[in-house]
Amino acid sequence: MSKKMPETPLLDQLESGPWPSFVTGLKRLATAEDKPYADMMKSLLGQLEHSYETRKGYWKGGTVGVFGYGAGVIPRFSEVADRYGESAEFHTIRIMPAPGFFYDTKTLRQFCDIWEEHGSGLIALHGQSGDVMFQGCRTDQVQVAWDKINEMGFDMGGAGAGVRTSASCLGPARCEQSCFDTLRAHKVVIDSCTDDIHRPSLPYKMKFKFSGCANDCANATQRADIAVFGTWRDDMQVNQDEVKKKVTELGRKEFINQVIRMCPAQALALNDDDTLDVDNKSCVRCMHCINVCTKALKPGRDRGIALLAGGKRTLKIGDMMGTVIVPFMKMETDEDYEALVDFGRRLLDFFADNALEHERLGEMIERIGLVNFLEGMELDLDLNMITRPRTNPYVRTDEWDEEVRKWNDRKAGAAE
Amino acid sequence: MTELRRPNECGVPDAKQFMPPVLVKNYGKWAWHDRPRPGVLRHVAESGDTVYTVKAGFQRQADVFTIRRMCDIADKYCDGHIRFTIRSSVEFMTDDEAKVEPLIKALEDAGYPVGGTGNSVGFISHTQGWLHCDIPGTDASGVVKAMMDQLYDEFRNEDMPNRVKITTSCCQINCGGQGDIAINIQHTKPPVINHELVSGVCERPAVIARCPVAAIRPALVNGKPTLEVDEKKCVCCGACYPPCPPMQINDPVNSKIAVWVGGKHSSTRSKPMFHKLVAAGLPNNAPRWPEVAEVVKKILGAYKADARPWERMGEWIERIGWPRFFEMTDLPFTKYHVDNWRGGRTNLNASAQLHF
Ligand code: SF4
Ligand code: SF4
Repeated sequence: MSKKMPETPLLDQLESGPWPSFVTGLKRLATAEDKPYADMMKSLLGQLEHSYETRKGYWKGGTVGVFGYGAGVIPRFSEVADRYGESAEFHTIRIMPAPGFFYDTKTLRQFCDIWEEHGSGLIALHGQSGDVMFQGCRTDQVQVAWDKINEMGFDMGGAGAGVRTSASCLGPARCEQSCFDTLRAHKVVIDSCTDDIHRPSLPYKMKFKFSGCANDCANATQRADIAVFGTWRDDMQVNQDEVKKKVTELGRKEFINQVIRMCPAQALALNDDDTLDVDNKSCVRCMHCINVCTKALKPGRDRGIALLAGGKRTLKIGDMMGTVIVPFMKMETDEDYEALVDFGRRLLDFFADNALEHERLGEMIERIGLVNFLEGMELDLDLNMITRPRTNPYVRTDEWDEEVRKWNDRKAGAAE
Repeated sequence: MTELRRPNECGVPDAKQFMPPVLVKNYGKWAWHDRPRPGVLRHVAESGDTVYTVKAGFQRQADVFTIRRMCDIADKYCDGHIRFTIRSSVEFMTDDEAKVEPLIKALEDAGYPVGGTGNSVGFISHTQGWLHCDIPGTDASGVVKAMMDQLYDEFRNEDMPNRVKITTSCCQINCGGQGDIAINIQHTKPPVINHELVSGVCERPAVIARCPVAAIRPALVNGKPTLEVDEKKCVCCGACYPPCPPMQINDPVNSKIAVWVGGKHSSTRSKPMFHKLVAAGLPNNAPRWPEVAEVVKKILGAYKADARPWERMGEWIERIGWPRFFEMTDLPFTKYHVDNWRGGRTNLNASAQLHF
């Protein structure tokens, strides 16, 4: 026991300055001499300092897991274990937190106790997908640490070519702008995919994220294969007395600058009596005016969700934003949430059947075309799916009359 | 050998068990919110109930001592409830207004800056880096710490035109997502291949398939099957490195840092936008990355001085035009800024609208 603290002149420079320092935290762990992980963390600090010196990483993957699951442990073996032996194995266990990242301190303290006994004492809150990352576990401790975390009622997160841990904004728990129950949708959709989280066998990763409105506090648009947004169909709710107060507070000129002029749809006007005129047919539900006038304006009452598909970062074909595949689904009753779960299941099946290996959903849709995707998923075509109709004539329109008939039938059906 | 325990496939925990009672009581029935001061949110429910949220920054890579200290504060002021945000800030909630000031003081005394609300620079979302990733070109935790030290006041105040979301990523996979400012690794040299190891470690057809420009082909070196890269074609993206670690893309000198601006996920006002490259070739200068900090501060300074209220970084630049942005930030404009990737033509100016 009681290894010497490594010299860390570079890392030491990250202890100065006002922002809380992760290096100070690592050192606290390394100097907790009565704890089982102190030497492991001294060794880790040594390796990290070596990375700072040489500007290179020294971790490699491998195979480590727990009984019954095929994913969720991120194996890390040191490539410089000859010099930093105590942290030669430094695996991460990914755990799914409650939607909205809510905790009580009892739970967090239990996490800490388990990680002091079986891990390094280092926990990231949270990883980019939304997992609790229990970092720094020796291979022989993974199963026992997992057993204890699992017995607390927490399950393992996703990794590899499967459904990943999800993230959602806190929604109705504390936000008046949320148009559906993000936390409930998150739980029911992800709970219906546990097999695809724990035994990944999809072509590639699949991420769902849930944001209560167009503000997208869950950063879903580009980071989720399926982004679920809250929106509304009827008129927004306006409290004209509060509008007048806001006009007085900001001044008429600034109200026009900050609210009226910023509307992307030019849907707003200020009436002569300082009340607000809203053109709800033009409004695109962007949330800007509601964000600025939190007391005066609210989403309408006929609320539900829109689904965007295909968001992803660069690899392989380039960055993609999600695009609309379902413009509106009611999301109030138990049946509505079941319909969303059912959509998720059908999507996973379609993705498993049609995507190439290592192809994200957005890339698959790009390859087969949105129309084929919609037909395969039996989703109705909708004008909200496009920014504008096609601008080039390279298309065969043999079945035009048939498609016109479908459109008319749908319109007639909707009118009933 | 003892019997192995089967996992309890319990899925996502229910959030309500952890929420402050006032949130459970008013679930879905909130009326409005405001911000009494930077770092504090006040939400009022239809019932008239009020909850105050104090938001603070901490180091996302948290040691158990830090977590327990935050728990002590939550026990004392928030009946043991605590929440984290998508971008790794921590939130403490109470329905007792009298507790807000002491709570702020307790957090700041413990070293956790209160802020990150409204039109501030929020905490920088970040990835794992040298501490734990198997493919990192830099150390996100270090970059974030170095930047947040410099942006400390911008976090604690709300004097930006709109919120500023900064992200970092230790490779071009960009786990950090879109940002008003994104600080990302940009490799400048093709992978260096250890031909001895390739056939043993890499599934060669899968590696070939990963390359976006089809620059990888099978080869034979010293009688061993391996892979080689057409270095003229290679765009140095590093996509081949994760499935084939002997194709080392990280380099202490040639892995540079690039700064991108104007990304946003939200559909608020403008549609979501990708961030755009504005600076590259910055050295990966651990442990404090001063060259990167200088560029970031220049961009933030111009944005703060010139953008209209509620304009996000990308919206501001679209309004003033890119010539003006490069002029105001004094950044060089090079041929590398011109998008020649598939679909890049949409980023060219197909109009007679010009800025002088
Ligand atoms: S929500 Fe957006 S589009 Fe609709 S009126 Fe308000 S600012 Fe305009
Ligand atoms: S770095 Fe990218 S472009 Fe170069 S060979 Fe590897 S995958 Fe291809």
